[in-house]
Amino acid sequence: MKRYSAFAIAREAFRQHKGWQRAWASPEPRAAYDVVIVGAGGHGLATAYYLGKRFGITNVAVIEKGWLGGGNTGRNTTIIRSNYLQDPSAAIYEKSRALYETLSQELNYNIMFSPRGVMMLAQTEHEKRGYLRTERANALQGVETRFIQPSEVKRLVPIINIHGPRYPVLGALWQERAGTARHDAVAWGYARACSAMGMHVIEQCAVTGVESAGGQVTAVNTTKGTIGCKKLGIVVAGHSGALADMAGFRLPVESVALQALVSEPIKPCMDVVVMANTVHGYMSQSDKGEMVIGGGADGFNNYTQRGSWHHIEETVRALVETFPMISRLKMLRQWGGIVDMTGDRSPIISKTPLEGCFINCGWGTGGFKATPGSGWAMAELMAKGHSPLTDAFTLTRFREGRFIDESVAAGVAH
Amino acid sequence: MLLLTCPCCGVTAEETEFTPGGEAHLKRFGPGSSDAEFDAYMFQRKNPRDVHFERWRHAYGCGKWFLAARCTMTLEVFATYPAQTLEPPAEVIEKIRARRPDWEGVQ
Repeated sequence: MKRYSAFAIAREAFRQHKGWQRAWASPEPRAAYDVVIVGAGGHGLATAYYLGKRFGITNVAVIEKGWLGGGNTGRNTTIIRSNYLQDPSAAIYEKSRALYETLSQELNYNIMFSPRGVMMLAQTEHEKRGYLRTERANALQGVETRFIQPSEVKRLVPIINIHGPRYPVLGALWQERAGTARHDAVAWGYARACSAMGMHVIEQCAVTGVESAGGQVTAVNTTKGTIGCKKLGIVVAGHSGALADMAGFRLPVESVALQALVSEPIKPCMDVVVMANTVHGYMSQSDKGEMVIGGGADGFNNYTQRGSWHHIEETVRALVETFPMISRLKMLRQWGGIVDMTGDRSPIISKTPLEGCFINCGWGTGGFKATPGSGWAMAELMAKGHSPLTDAFTLTRFREGRFIDESVAAGVAH
Repeated sequence: MLLLTCPCCGVTAEETEFTPGGEAHLKRFGPGSSDAEFDAYMFQRKNPRDVHFERWRHAYGCGKWFLAARCTMTLEVFATYPAQTLEPPAEVIEKIRARRPDWEGVQ
């Protein structure tokens, strides 16, 4: 793999850009691999990357039914933050945020990480108390956040209306080192690095079954034939239930649609990410100038990758009150992703009842921010059988009552 | 936008008038059951990418709970029926079969 650099751009400029290589190879699958990862989204590719980089396991295939990064990796609002309340969540999200800081250099691929800061508005007294609690929890966890007053909110976000009649801004939980990144580039960068290590990234290859012998996984059946494996990692977000069904177990997961939309591009007006969880809306401005808006998830099971119209209406209606200047904006695009929601709104990174089969799912509405940390921890789990970052996120925690309850605790928009 | 017909009051309305209530026909396990049974009842869900039997409430109408058979891939509603049933009635199964001949049936 040729490295990208300023020198490479100059070199190619002199020879009409004929020397660029394909970023990753598209090989036909071999008969068997040591490890097969199902799902070439950010989390699956990151898992493969850290398996190679941290544990020297490179006889790996990442198989994908569609195209690389075409699921939720390309359907999120690209926000990266780690201001969670519970210790296990803060640990894995903070690890992830820290990895993002140096990811462009590590992968030699510009993922455009922009630590522009994320603020979560407190718009009710209850929410304010909740964020003050989170601020203190974060201090103990080593996550840098602070609670800021309305005047500072206004200073950071001049376009905000802090005296809204229904939802005045009473303060905000501010994480200065949080931000956004280019979501596609994260998947592309990992895929390029995996390919450079000799791993196979196989697109247009859907899994149709999981084979096992004596309770141990032996192979996956795919539309490109049967592929043997010693270990199997299922990292397929919204479709985890279908894969688990093939592997012979059930998950505490329900799939629903989560929507986002972008406006027409406008001049720079807001250089931080603002989340308003009381009204279920969050907004940032992309580098192209579009206002990127995300809302709440639907309440019913859905695999259609589009959501209900009234959720957009609710989100936009609430945001217009807090940001009056967006009232005249035209919306350009809207899309939905299928998110896998668990009962406690925390992920599952775990062994499964099938020996050698591991699952990473349940990230719900907040998976993109966790991509590097999730891959880092999942790789360790698959290579060594356990990882300090994943020990709390087991599949059995529901039976044992060890919830990592972020649904009511962290004030995350669900 | 889903259109649902409430079998209690007969009103057909948009989904904003209803509240979803998750998977239907769950068998309840309480005190005295095993951990595995309670786990399965409380948390584990079929979550099919296919026909789904689910609970809805006519929250902004008659206020009654009812059940619906709906496809999670196309959002097609095959039928709605009263909540006082332990399994999907035969005529609901028939309606699904008419639209989905290759459907595997209730599992």
